[in-house]
Amino acid sequence: MKLHNISFGNIRRRKGKMLFLVLGLVIGISTVVTLLSITESMTKNIEERLNQFGANIVMVPKTQNLSLNYGGIDVGGVNYKVREIDQNSLQSIHTIKNSKNLSIIAPKILGPVKVNGHNVLLMGVIFEQELALKTWWHKTMGSFPKTPDQVVLGSRVASFLKVAVGETIHLFETPFTVATVLKPTGGSEDDAIISELAAAQKLLGKQGKLSMVEISAFCQGCPISEMTLQIAEKFPDAKVTAMKQAVMSKMQSIDMFKSFSLGVSILVILIGSLLVLVTMMGSVNERTREIGIFRAIGFRRGHVMQIILLEAMLLGIIGGILGFCIGNGIAYGIIPVVMKDGAFAGINVNLGIVSIVMAVALSLLASLYPAFKASNMDPSEALRAL
Amino acid sequence: MRQVSHLIEIEGLKKTYQSGDTKVDAIRQMDFFIDDEEFITIMGQSGSGKSTLLSIMGALNHPTQGKVFVDSLDLYSLSAEQRADFRSEYIGFIFQSFQLIPYLTVLENVKLPMAVTGQKKKVKNQMALEVIERVGLEAKAHRLPDQLSGGEQERVAIARALVNKPPIILADEPTGNLDSKTANEIMLLLQSLNKEGHTIIVVTHNTDMASYATRTVQVQDGECFS
Repeated sequence: MKLHNISFGNIRRRKGKMLFLVLGLVIGISTVVTLLSITESMTKNIEERLNQFGANIVMVPKTQNLSLNYGGIDVGGVNYKVREIDQNSLQSIHTIKNSKNLSIIAPKILGPVKVNGHNVLLMGVIFEQELALKTWWHKTMGSFPKTPDQVVLGSRVASFLKVAVGETIHLFETPFTVATVLKPTGGSEDDAIISELAAAQKLLGKQGKLSMVEISAFCQGCPISEMTLQIAEKFPDAKVTAMKQAVMSKMQSIDMFKSFSLGVSILVILIGSLLVLVTMMGSVNERTREIGIFRAIGFRRGHVMQIILLEAMLLGIIGGILGFCIGNGIAYGIIPVVMKDGAFAGINVNLGIVSIVMAVALSLLASLYPAFKASNMDPSEALRAL
Repeated sequence: MRQVSHLIEIEGLKKTYQSGDTKVDAIRQMDFFIDDEEFITIMGQSGSGKSTLLSIMGALNHPTQGKVFVDSLDLYSLSAEQRADFRSEYIGFIFQSFQLIPYLTVLENVKLPMAVTGQKKKVKNQMALEVIERVGLEAKAHRLPDQLSGGEQERVAIARALVNKPPIILADEPTGNLDSKTANEIMLLLQSLNKEGHTIIVVTHNTDMASYATRTVQVQDGECFS
């Protein structure tokens, strides 16, 4: 016979009351788990969407050029000195502190080329990186270039030059096959011919040079501003800009939901604790006689406290496990309803451990006063009820 | 520690209960002693103070005045936790109406006082089974209390009181809820325990029970007469 046998026995005997107590914990824990799971799924969902937005850091060479562009209308600029980024130095971007947060690095060269007597923008890219970044690029027919002698045409360029997929165009006398034509995007690429980076550099006479680098670095907790500074430090001749407005506004919405979730969680947990406290108090009052017997046969105050707290701990573990499972179940069911295209982010084992620890702590805290009261019961008073 | 010549010595005992402004003297003045291996019945009518006396002797109820020595220990100079240890080591209680724990089996009820002692599980089991056998309930060791008759429940209560081998057994109306035949059997069992060396103190209002005791103490209006 050990003290835990008494605790187990009491739980078995007072099933209804104990079920009620566990219910209090389950409501509290499952609410917290549901809200946290929804928040996690929302963050993940927004991350994925933002990744589809393309780059969020842009690196261009520093110039003394004043922008004379407004609302997409370019009225020309005064170029005192054009600088370019050295392609070889780009490798050093991987030495920044947050390099593991770098997702896509898309370097490009820009310059004008003559095609059929017309000046057209040539954009040299690394197709693998560019297509990962520009998820909104869709081809009409054909396929994206597989060899350096193939190019992609923007929709407006294709119709302006009256060139179709499979035909050959000459850029500075060099023949290129049109691998595909992009569907209209509404962006600058509609007016550009897109080729392999090395081929474009050669055509423009800018081997080893880059006009700009687009970087995608979104992930949860990515310090975009800090990363911008880290990159700028590595490239003193470049101007590094964070396009963080979109990220910030989305993250602000999530932060607001997080604050709301925290408030609701605290409230529900307080109610759950109160339920545990009231149930435990009731249980202790019901057991006055029993506690009197324990004290009379030689149990110390600490032994009585141990019995009550052991029960609370055991019920806390049960409540924590059940609350975590139910919370995940609710989140799984509710996320597709509250979030368009939303998907359950998956079971978070760490959250499971935290849930159980939290339920046990809650149960123990709420049972502390009833246990203290039970242990301080005067045995003669308790036995007078006999 | 004061050396006393008797197992239990009670000096100038007084106990007053207070409820609001009302004071009730449960024990007005008591001085008496009990020797080792005595079988005492404390007799008196309801409200005479005999149960209060028993709880004070059992280190459960702080007297308003006076001293209680058990084996030379001044009980009420001890701390509450020391008195709990004293009860565990010295006293076996048999309560009115058995007071078994309903969700524990006979064996578990009997082992209950050993839950706070340091013995090994095997030793505890052996000791509990010995006393269960001693009270003749070995066949019902795994039953719950509500599956037993009144007499059997009383035997379980006696076994529980005996299991730690305490020198003193205090019984409060142990036969109060039993028919006369079963009551006699229980008193004979207590008598045999007394012959084995336990000091037995029984509180009862049943005068027939006095015949089993070696001495009777009469309690009336909070005072005692040997």
